[in-house]
Amino acid sequence: MKIILNGHSQDFKGAETLGQLLKDLDIVPERVAVMVNDRIIPKAGRSEFGLNEGDRIEVLTFIGGG
Amino acid sequence: MKKFHLGGKDFESRLIMGTGKFSSVEVMIEAIKASGAELVTVALRRFNRERPADDLLGPLTRLGITLVPNTSGARNAAEAVRAAQLGRELSGSPFVKVEIHPNPHHLMPDPIETYEACRELAKDGFIVLPYMPADPVLAKRLEDVGCAAVMPLGSAIGTGQGLSTAEMVKLIIADSGIPVIVDAGLRAPSEAAAAMEMGCSAVLVNSAIAAAGNPPAMAAAFSAAVKAGFSARVAGLMSRCDHAVATSPLTSFLAGA
Repeated sequence: MKIILNGHSQDFKGAETLGQLLKDLDIVPERVAVMVNDRIIPKAGRSEFGLNEGDRIEVLTFIGGG
Repeated sequence: MKKFHLGGKDFESRLIMGTGKFSSVEVMIEAIKASGAELVTVALRRFNRERPADDLLGPLTRLGITLVPNTSGARNAAEAVRAAQLGRELSGSPFVKVEIHPNPHHLMPDPIETYEACRELAKDGFIVLPYMPADPVLAKRLEDVGCAAVMPLGSAIGTGQGLSTAEMVKLIIADSGIPVIVDAGLRAPSEAAAAMEMGCSAVLVNSAIAAAGNPPAMAAAFSAAVKAGFSARVAGLMSRCDHAVATSPLTSFLAGA
């Protein structure tokens, strides 16, 4: 399934849910904010959130800033 | 020292620290500890698998401080609101530093987009701290829409040009019913002390600490300066006088000897 992750189109096999995708990417769910198609997906709702072909996913984290 | 009341919460420290530009996470953590800062700003960026160590949420959470996500990168109000919502989702903190600067050359805040973003975010329950031009009219308008503080710039971000807006900041303070925090441009602890003596409630410092020869030592110096400046303000500075006023008696007992 093609997913546009942080602006790059990538093929993910078997990632039917957002929770599974984050797990496949070795991302600690509590350490990121996630948007799917411009909608913020709260931490609690990610594991069951179903993904579809062509979804645009943004995974964001905190870095240094003033 | 009187507690710093901001957004319904009390803080001991009146020094807010930014976390950008540090040479390493370890140096940044040491500097935060030395500064005594309880409010620390962070920025949101896309997750980078190649550089997982850039993620600051873990190390900062362990310090027990309050995170203030900023909206850096936003070019308009809609983007800033989205960034603020993402920051709150990740930090769990209602604080947000609104910064909208569309021109990377001078990084001056866009007053119109900043106003629109602040109005929306305050309605949504955020504790809104806008980075803003040192404009007393805009400051009052931002107070009216529910900002918890206003943060006029001392000079352009990262320039170390000091309190070039001092006269405007004084006008903002004179008219403000909310805390005034000088944000951006400070270079030396003496400038932070001057801002506090002027009546600022706090200062926000990043580059001056991160780019110092010894960041933790500079953080401690800023901490001391902010405390000194605030104590001086509370103590009450003497009035200026146009002519000399002697501190020793000018009796003429020597004249006739």
